[in-house]
Amino acid sequence: MTIQDINATRRGFLAGSGLVIGVAIAPKMLSAAPTGVHAGGDPALAPMNAFVKVGTDDTVTVLAKHIEFGQGPFTGLATLVAEELDADWSQMRAVHSPTDNKVYANLMFGLQGTGGSSSIANSYEQMRKAGATARAMLVAAAAEDWKVPASEITVQKGRIKHTASGRESGFGAFAEKAARQTPPAEPKLKDPRDFVLIGTELPKLDTHGKTNGTAIFTLDITPDNLLIAVVAHPEHFGATVKSFNDTEARKVQGVVDVKQVPSGVAVYADNTFAALKGRDALSIEWDLSKAETRSSEELAADYRKLFGEKGLDAANNGNVDDAFKASGLQTVEAEIVFPFLAHAPMEPLDAVFIKADDGSVDIYNGAQFPGMDQSVAAKILGLDETKVRVNTQLAGGSFGRKAQFGSPYIQEAAAVYAATDRSRPLKHMWTREDDIRGGYYRPMYAHRMRGAINAQGQITAWEQVIVGQSIMGKADLDETSVEGASNLPYTIPNLKVSAHNVQLSIPPLWWRSVGHTHTGFAVETFVDELFQKIGKDPVEGRLALLGEKPRHAGVLKKAAEMANWGSPLPEGRARGVAVVESFNTFVGQIVEISVGPEGAPRVHKVWCAVDCGVAVNPNVIKAQMEGGIGYGLGAVLFDAVTLAKGGKIVQSNFHDYRSIRINEMPDVAVEIIKSSEKPSGVGEPGVPPVGPAVANAWRRLTGAPVRQLPIVNIVSA
Amino acid sequence: MVTFTLNGQERTFDGDPDTPLLWVIRDFEKLTGTKYGCGVAQCGACTVHLDGTPRRSCVTPISTIEGSEVVTIEGVSGTEADAVKTAWTGLDVPQCGYCQSGQIMSAVALLQMVPKPTDADIDGAMAGNICRCATYHRIRAAIHNAASSMEG
Repeated sequence: MTIQDINATRRGFLAGSGLVIGVAIAPKMLSAAPTGVHAGGDPALAPMNAFVKVGTDDTVTVLAKHIEFGQGPFTGLATLVAEELDADWSQMRAVHSPTDNKVYANLMFGLQGTGGSSSIANSYEQMRKAGATARAMLVAAAAEDWKVPASEITVQKGRIKHTASGRESGFGAFAEKAARQTPPAEPKLKDPRDFVLIGTELPKLDTHGKTNGTAIFTLDITPDNLLIAVVAHPEHFGATVKSFNDTEARKVQGVVDVKQVPSGVAVYADNTFAALKGRDALSIEWDLSKAETRSSEELAADYRKLFGEKGLDAANNGNVDDAFKASGLQTVEAEIVFPFLAHAPMEPLDAVFIKADDGSVDIYNGAQFPGMDQSVAAKILGLDETKVRVNTQLAGGSFGRKAQFGSPYIQEAAAVYAATDRSRPLKHMWTREDDIRGGYYRPMYAHRMRGAINAQGQITAWEQVIVGQSIMGKADLDETSVEGASNLPYTIPNLKVSAHNVQLSIPPLWWRSVGHTHTGFAVETFVDELFQKIGKDPVEGRLALLGEKPRHAGVLKKAAEMANWGSPLPEGRARGVAVVESFNTFVGQIVEISVGPEGAPRVHKVWCAVDCGVAVNPNVIKAQMEGGIGYGLGAVLFDAVTLAKGGKIVQSNFHDYRSIRINEMPDVAVEIIKSSEKPSGVGEPGVPPVGPAVANAWRRLTGAPVRQLPIVNIVSA
Repeated sequence: MVTFTLNGQERTFDGDPDTPLLWVIRDFEKLTGTKYGCGVAQCGACTVHLDGTPRRSCVTPISTIEGSEVVTIEGVSGTEADAVKTAWTGLDVPQCGYCQSGQIMSAVALLQMVPKPTDADIDGAMAGNICRCATYHRIRAAIHNAASSMEG
């Protein structure tokens, strides 16, 4: 597959397109394109709305403003369009939209971007309106052609019908005529009771190409005369190149050039293996004068020193200090330390740069914030933003990794390309080692919890201190550090939550479910420990304190029902419970575990109930719960990026940054709560509950609370 | 010069003999269904069939496959391959999809050797293939479905 093939495929795809309800889709190389768009297409077609295209072959293509990296927006956004368009699912297709921070803005962010489990939530009305608009235009075109009133025309499963005259047509025949219709100012949307596609288990649109090797990811873009570049990075955060010797590297067959770039030393080669071999042959002296030289252990000790100091107030209800002074109390204390976590998506970071004849540049990458990538790259390449086109590609996962303000990855890739004469297309790629050691981790956090129980067995006070980096880089309170804790769902009269921001040279980033990755664990394990102390059942105890949180209670009750909670268990097994709200989605999980072969928990079964409002595609929702459970479980059981004494990064690849594997994956059952609330996200919310549920089961099975992650380290220690 | 068969066609490679089969397939043959994930035989994204058995192409130097038959996701065919692909589609197994070529190549090889695998057989054959989206639950079900479909 060459880039020419890809472009040919795209042209083939667009050939025969009739109705382009969209922004002006300018042909390739048309530098006057107002938005830097270059998705190809037929310039004779009138632009109308940005998201829907109807082909003369009856296909309907949705231009997805959100990147598809497994969480399902191609299918989800197409479902919303198809519903209001009354299309047949078999005619639906999806592609990535061009880059445009206005037209394709995430309505929650104000710029184009995917994240925060927001793809369906922010698109729900917008995509339905796009579908309804296209439907109205097709109906208007048919009415004009058939000379009948539009009000007498019906549309069902992709067929336009006028019953009285017996006329019937597919969409394709009216595509071009529809494109010339005036779109309705305010298209009428269906009553949810009339939905025929939303809420059904439609097959995913991207499955086929992902089962036969034809799906193209960034790494698969291989234009002729391609140059491959890799960068040698330091093993300490904050280190810089002092000097390097490239004599041996340049002797490697296929190595073309070696250059210093801001992040390290770049090796350019004719093929990937030559680039990697060349990089291995470099000898580099690093300047560690500004590097982080503390170990993870030393960092944790420094974090703990902050527990006693005044922090940033995140919640302060009642009077915690007085509550802890009351007589006849039992108090419980816990400190929990969370490690740095790498996202480790299957496809390491990569990008392809290709210069066009007019000097403009096409970038192909798994762009989670494509507009930001565009402006960052344009600056580095010395081009006007309209001369840089970001072409979003399918990405082999992200889990937050590609959602970076300031696009630091693209900064490196663009700098590597900018250091060439741009006469050859260039692919910049990271190896797995670059990925595991590349920073932008879920930060390390330390929590100190204190709880008070009165003589009547009621939890009267809860104090939580959270120490760690601010993902948002804030000096004051960062909501993402305390979300899930400062808004504790349980009714406890005296609540105090505070935070300390720590400055490190290790760059932080959100990791699938952000603050809930640690707050969910801390809150749900600690409350469970308090229930155990007072002899309360973990389900009943939670429900008693969730009086003001019906959706939390709803998923918890459902999970308990699914698990037949309270039924006798086989010898050597225990169950644990957790319920976490994240991104306005509520997830309750119950796990059943035993002690596994490594002496670590073996998770046999997870029962998961999710309330995400209107369930647009239950198939995708279930898949995201299953995957979220596996992703969260793997991290809690096995994963940490640690710094050794002196600050060197210990882990480097999947042998020491373990991923969960099929033999470690539990059986998962998912049920979706029926709801008429607005839809909320599902990409992240499956992750937070599984860790604390496993830790709770572990404590009940072995008596040992989990105070440090990953669990495999403490059981093997 | 190394001569081998790729998806039924004879191919030659005269570059660096240390070059892993993965990069020969991807960079020189431009077949991109086989993926890079780790480079050290830890993740299985690069799995191909070498003379009929699953092999991590990222650690297989091209110099070691003289005369061998290599089959990639683009060329895999037959009863087991059809059954696996149909089962994968039926359950919508892929999420991001990046690892799935390797998963499918391992699953096809499993069914070629064990037509009716147990869960333990699946664990044994598939534990070398990482899926960071953790689609394992559906991979297991799809393998069972594929095995059942071949019985009829």
